[in-house]
Amino acid sequence: METKSILLVGVGGQGTILASKLLTTGLMEAGYDVKMSEIHGMSQRGGSVSSQVRYGKQVQSPVIELGGADILVSFEKMEALRWLEYLKPQGKVVVNDFKILPMPALSGKEEYSEKILEELSSKVETKIIDAGKEALKLGNAKVMNVILLGSTIKMMELTDIDWNKIIEDNVKPGFVDINKTALEAGMKLV
Amino acid sequence: MKRLMLGNEAVARGAYESGVKVSTAYPGTPSTEITEFIAKYEEIYAQWSPNEKVALEVAIGSSISGARSICAMKHVGLNVAADPLFTVSYTGVNGGLVIIVADDPGMHSSQNEQDSRYYARSAHIPMLEPSDSQEAKDFVKEAFNISEKYDTPVLIRLTTRLSHSQSLVKTSQPDEVALKEYNKDATKYVMMPGMAIKRHVVVENRMNQITEDASKFVLNDASYDDLEVGFITSGIPYQYVKEVFPNASVLKLGMVNPLPKSLIQDFCSKVKKVYIIEELEPIFEEQIKSWGIEVIGKDLLTVQGEYSANLLKEKIKNEDLNLAAAETLPGRPPVLCAGCPHRSIYYRLNKLGKHATGDIGCYTLGAIEPLKGLDTCIDMGASIPMLHGIEKARGREYTKDWVAIIGDSTFVHSGITGLIDIVYNKGCSTVMILDNSTTGMTGHQDNPATGVTLKGEKTKQLDLPLLCKSVGINRVRVVDPFKYKDLENAITEETSIEEPSVIIAKAPCQLLDKHSVPKQNYIDVEKCKDCGMCLKLGCPAIKKSHGIMVIDDTLCVGCNLCIGVCKFQAIKKAGVQ
Repeated sequence: METKSILLVGVGGQGTILASKLLTTGLMEAGYDVKMSEIHGMSQRGGSVSSQVRYGKQVQSPVIELGGADILVSFEKMEALRWLEYLKPQGKVVVNDFKILPMPALSGKEEYSEKILEELSSKVETKIIDAGKEALKLGNAKVMNVILLGSTIKMMELTDIDWNKIIEDNVKPGFVDINKTALEAGMKLV
Repeated sequence: MKRLMLGNEAVARGAYESGVKVSTAYPGTPSTEITEFIAKYEEIYAQWSPNEKVALEVAIGSSISGARSICAMKHVGLNVAADPLFTVSYTGVNGGLVIIVADDPGMHSSQNEQDSRYYARSAHIPMLEPSDSQEAKDFVKEAFNISEKYDTPVLIRLTTRLSHSQSLVKTSQPDEVALKEYNKDATKYVMMPGMAIKRHVVVENRMNQITEDASKFVLNDASYDDLEVGFITSGIPYQYVKEVFPNASVLKLGMVNPLPKSLIQDFCSKVKKVYIIEELEPIFEEQIKSWGIEVIGKDLLTVQGEYSANLLKEKIKNEDLNLAAAETLPGRPPVLCAGCPHRSIYYRLNKLGKHATGDIGCYTLGAIEPLKGLDTCIDMGASIPMLHGIEKARGREYTKDWVAIIGDSTFVHSGITGLIDIVYNKGCSTVMILDNSTTGMTGHQDNPATGVTLKGEKTKQLDLPLLCKSVGINRVRVVDPFKYKDLENAITEETSIEEPSVIIAKAPCQLLDKHSVPKQNYIDVEKCKDCGMCLKLGCPAIKKSHGIMVIDDTLCVGCNLCIGVCKFQAIKKAGVQ
């Protein structure tokens, strides 16, 4: 099969790394060759971050090219626009209807566009989900990342993998149940 | 069994499978996780050292005593450890010695993008470079074999993209490696001129031998397909070459120093047009061209940043990527966290009109908008001697408007020598140690001032005030950065006197306290005059939304800094009217 590329983007601290860890572990157990590239260090302090996941029969580069992602999953609205050039022309976007103002917008120096979702939808096939609201319904704002993972899995038709087992093996015991519920909720949103 | 591993975790696994006894490091992105993963193996003694020089010297001692030893650092850390590096090349080893150095092309988290392969060349030390996590593990094992076979330390070069990418790794059982016998041998281990002159001959012979053998090493792999176009490459760029040119002939160098001359000559004689694909400096290219071989390299490709499949398509295949122009969006630079104790320092320094020589750590983020609280950042420890230099150039009156800013871990790493310099040379600088009880930027590692070891054991805690006093600083004060009156008084008083002083601003990194219940402040819209003072704090939790100032209650941790800043008492603690 041709190598597939999933690009998860967001803001440092939103949990993209855990989501991509679960994703890559599931893909590996399903027998794919997998590579993932992530950003640690300075950008993690509230900067723009990405986790790049590639899987297939044999994967070479761990990095997704411009115009190379089959799906762009954005944990924050504006980041979807920032990374959009990495999406294939026929690629899909899953975007979390969640806003985190960057410092230049916080201090009023630059404007955070209020029309991001419209802009995205006019350019590419876009699924808008409100993972923040969904996470609060489940009682833990932090599971937003796993809700988004659920949506990604559904969009990429990877639901045959035993994700519950992946969560059991990789999440702290006290958080297994809520993450399973979150994953399922994410699948239902798309 | 196959597992997904970060390149850094694979290096750690390689150390474990190689029977390593001692592992040392100073944390630095992108190398930090190597030693954190090694520390999880009970069989290996692992430690953070105060700096990379000490870390390497501990590993050298352990190696000479007969144990396999590994030391890890980032590229700029090797500058600090360069002194022992050049001479351990002369002494050679007893138990294998492997030094991991992680370069940062693209400067994801560094102050420069120097190429560590130059160190391998100039110190005459073999260097390997893996291209995925499997190789990262395998090359560590190979490096120990080379180290002991040729009696040499071996460098392994990683890059950020390798360190922080995951791919599948087949693990195996660790080798049983016994301690080697130690024999006292001053001709080998005491490097005075008489001995070193003889050892230099040994070094040259060793490198000649390895150069000759390198063409046969399985680490260096020539694969022939299309003979019209070929590539010589190593590390992560190899993956980009394979991605874009699956049918090209490729000479993949697993050993990047010394180069396998006859293998390269052979490859270039069979393939018509050869491109050199190497990130950063033209190290392969210049050597290969010096042998009279025509290759294409930096004429076409940059010495800057990371390479990519896109870059090869554009520059070599002349493909027009035909992408829509990128959006112009507000940037999203990293920021000090909500509740970060450093924010208060920069706010007060701004208010008092002070300049600051800066240093390396989370607090370097205080240099950017809106705090703009730093004048300089060069390298670990530089803040203190640089301020001394300013004073000696322009006089004490001038530096009454200056302080040096340094973190706790950075102060221990290489700030203390600068402080001794100030005392010894009769300086009057004011040094502010921002003690947040951790090594923050690299992901919360312990250090001598936290009193906990890498293995999580309690140890003697370095007493920073006592340390400063003991080198001759009479005026050492500890303040809570959230008590802004105290902080302001301390800065004003210490910068106005005619002797050196140290202010230790002590408050833990707010990310350390994971169990605290959030205590959100709020803004009373009736009282808010929209003056914008609170925005000057650069706190990610304070924003203007639909024309009014609000505090984001998912981010606010209730540090109360903003309460002290507001002149109209519009910011209040949760539950307070």
